[in-house]
Amino acid sequence: MSVLSVTAACAAPYGTPLLKDISFELEAGQVLGLMGPNGAGKSSLLHCLAGGIPTTSGEILLNGQPIHNWQQLPRARALSMQVQHSALNFPFSVEEVILLGRTPHASGAVCDRKVLEEVMAATDASELRHRPYTQLSGGEKQRVQLARAVAQVWREEDAPDRLLLLDEPNSALDLSHQRMVLKLVATLANSGCAIILATHDFNLLSAHANQLLVMQGGAQHNHGTPQAVLTPAMFKEVFEVDVLVQAHPENNSPLVIHK
Amino acid sequence: MTLSREGRAKNLLAVLCILLPVSLLAAIACGSVSLSIGESLQALPQLFQQSGDRASVIIGQIRLPRALLAALVGAMLGISGAAMQGIFRNPLADPSLIGVTAGASLGASLVIAGAGSWIVGLGGLTLISVGAFLGGMTAVIIVYRLANSEQGTSVATMLLAGIAITALAGAMNNVLELFSSNEVLRRISLWRMGGLDGADYQRVAAALATCLLVTATLPRYATALNALLLGESEARYLGINVEKTKTWIVVIVAIAVGASVALAGTIAFVGLVIPHIVRLLIGPDHRYLLPASALAGGLLLVCADIIARTIIAPTELPVGIVTACIGVPFFISLLHRRGDYGMQ
Repeated sequence: MSVLSVTAACAAPYGTPLLKDISFELEAGQVLGLMGPNGAGKSSLLHCLAGGIPTTSGEILLNGQPIHNWQQLPRARALSMQVQHSALNFPFSVEEVILLGRTPHASGAVCDRKVLEEVMAATDASELRHRPYTQLSGGEKQRVQLARAVAQVWREEDAPDRLLLLDEPNSALDLSHQRMVLKLVATLANSGCAIILATHDFNLLSAHANQLLVMQGGAQHNHGTPQAVLTPAMFKEVFEVDVLVQAHPENNSPLVIHK
Repeated sequence: MTLSREGRAKNLLAVLCILLPVSLLAAIACGSVSLSIGESLQALPQLFQQSGDRASVIIGQIRLPRALLAALVGAMLGISGAAMQGIFRNPLADPSLIGVTAGASLGASLVIAGAGSWIVGLGGLTLISVGAFLGGMTAVIIVYRLANSEQGTSVATMLLAGIAITALAGAMNNVLELFSSNEVLRRISLWRMGGLDGADYQRVAAALATCLLVTATLPRYATALNALLLGESEARYLGINVEKTKTWIVVIVAIAVGASVALAGTIAFVGLVIPHIVRLLIGPDHRYLLPASALAGGLLLVCADIIARTIIAPTELPVGIVTACIGVPFFISLLHRRGDYGMQ
């Protein structure tokens, strides 16, 4: 059984249709890359998958259960989401913010401290642990929010099938921390967590995603393996840019080069 | 940082738990008739023995109920302010934002003006309190319904609706005052300044009941409030029932503030400044912020009332003037130093 199964999902949270006819399946331990131009509906789709936006038709099954039949607490134990912008403007310490990710779990303080240490190590946030969140830089805030979302689904015991939704987690990160996100995604996927990652970093997706979904105007333009999806024709059609796509010299995955 | 925030929070709670009874003791010792702490302590056990001792009469009939009322009202305002700032995700929010204070003022004015001169003494005061409470509740219900839509309750709309309803209630109050006699006018304005001088055991009992309700229920939402500070959708994805949380907090705060305005008039700045100070000391974690704000609110109001009673004795200042005089300069200094403790 797939962790996530989406069949012809449509949504119109503000009256006009935002998402049209989205379909895909995601297995445990798989990574799905979500791409598309600004306003294509990537964030809306993620909110929809997380149960924050209702579907008007179609079906979203999380572990076989329609997403809107889930009770809030069990859903939060299985599904975590990092949203693109955070409204947090109270001076919680970095530790306190990350520990908020453990809110849905009743795993106890000892276990939560252990998760905190592991997640901070994985996101390079240990140095920041006592700093007030409000005084961090944009990239540091993004790392802390990533750590919080990851802490929510960190342990395999947290839920039988876990799903992590990341909405442009690396948009403000420097090069080494972008690599850190990659490593973190790989670690989580190896532990059986399914991950959906929306980003504009095509080369990152090409090397690490099992499947890619390209969105345009709220609809699914293209869906398949990176090799099948990342073509000059797709970039011309969806992004209106000319690119070269060549095999990566080391791992043979498609490499997107700007002309 | 030698001590963790959690350790500091526990220390603060312990210190407040000691300071509050000490301030109550000071409150029953200070006044236009000065009693030593020793005399006050001796008088306390005699309160229930109906002896005619001068000290025990002053303390039993006047100072003790007043000090208790101050502590209870202060506690309700402090904890309500902390909860309000949490759901509005704004450290400058005040419990009166949802229209409850203005509504309660109007309710009280209506009773004072409508009932004319025949309401005097105890019955009159109780009637005014009931009017104030009902006025506050009506205002909150209107504000809450205005902010409700299919998408849920918008706190931003609630804020703006609160401003609108406050303005409307203020205008109606002004109309009422325009057509009132001088006698009624003076009583309306005295009531509005806030005072604990009407304190008696009936009021203490009413305040105690509300305060117990509020302090027993609001801390249950501490974790939900922490998550809500991240944003509403983040809180939802953390498994928090956001709509239920917002509704219950508004209901509880409305009851707390409505009751405190009904029992002691409008007392400015406790609900705004107390959670701010506490957050400055121990951070924004509501598991500690809520109880500490309740204790600190009680402490501040008891101390403010001591000043109000003694500074120009035998005349008393309305306690609302004292809290505003302490609160406003402090608040302005905080506004200037917000960056120092991570506020933006």
